[in-house]
Amino acid sequence: MHIFANPARFLRLARPLTAWLGWAGALLIAAGLGWGLFLAPPDYLQGDTVRILYVHVPAAWLGMAGWAGIAVASLMQLVWRHPLAGIAARAVAVPGAVFTFICLATGSLWGRPAWGTWWEWDGRMTSMLVLLFLYIGYVALAEAERERGGEGRLVAIFGLVGAINLPIIHYSVLWWRTLHQGQSIGLGRSSIDASMLWPLMVSALGFTLLFGAIVLMRMRAALARQKVEARMRRMAA
Amino acid sequence: MIHWPFIAGAYAIALIGTLGLTGWSFAAMRRAERDAEALRGER
Repeated sequence: MHIFANPARFLRLARPLTAWLGWAGALLIAAGLGWGLFLAPPDYLQGDTVRILYVHVPAAWLGMAGWAGIAVASLMQLVWRHPLAGIAARAVAVPGAVFTFICLATGSLWGRPAWGTWWEWDGRMTSMLVLLFLYIGYVALAEAERERGGEGRLVAIFGLVGAINLPIIHYSVLWWRTLHQGQSIGLGRSSIDASMLWPLMVSALGFTLLFGAIVLMRMRAALARQKVEARMRRMAA
Repeated sequence: MIHWPFIAGAYAIALIGTLGLTGWSFAAMRRAERDAEALRGER
């Protein structure tokens, strides 16, 4: 990781990688969603509503993985003062918030036909809503810190502390057995049939690659803005 | 209950959100990198 601490070295890798991740992600999303919508079978119990799975699960995964990324980058920023770590953490925040919102909205649209309700204060749904509020708080705090010209330590601490919510989201379906179904996919095992699991995997991989491309775009934008601001300060001096 | 309006709504939210975020991030990156290049050219 430390070899990418140098922004110039990072940019040499990020420029071609942004396009590769973006196009590969878009192709896999198109394939996964097409497969899920038109080729995968309907569920024996839920019927066609199960097709919401192919957008809902990748969004939930990215909402959680996004905050895990923020926590790791925040730790690197606090411990090693990695110059790109703070930029990476802030670049993940808005995409993470958008995918958490997509997860909540698509979950609500799935809940109405499956459970007969748009929303329930169930452990999984409530902890995902808390994650969305954490993202909004993080973005607001990062912006305030940037305007103040601070080092971003407070933002990094917030990113680390907020990670407490991740195991709560993960284990919520075991701790509070309410409406949301239990875990269906784990390491090395799945209770989902292969005919539904494969399009889900393709779609999740596609969204993940595109998420990577979006984070790289936001990091490149932040680095370019930093360069402009530094040059403007030098010109004014 | 007819399920397809719920499925269409979920896919529309996911695709509009993803495409909007990608387009916005791409435009911001291009704008920022163009500004940085223009400033380097002024030197």
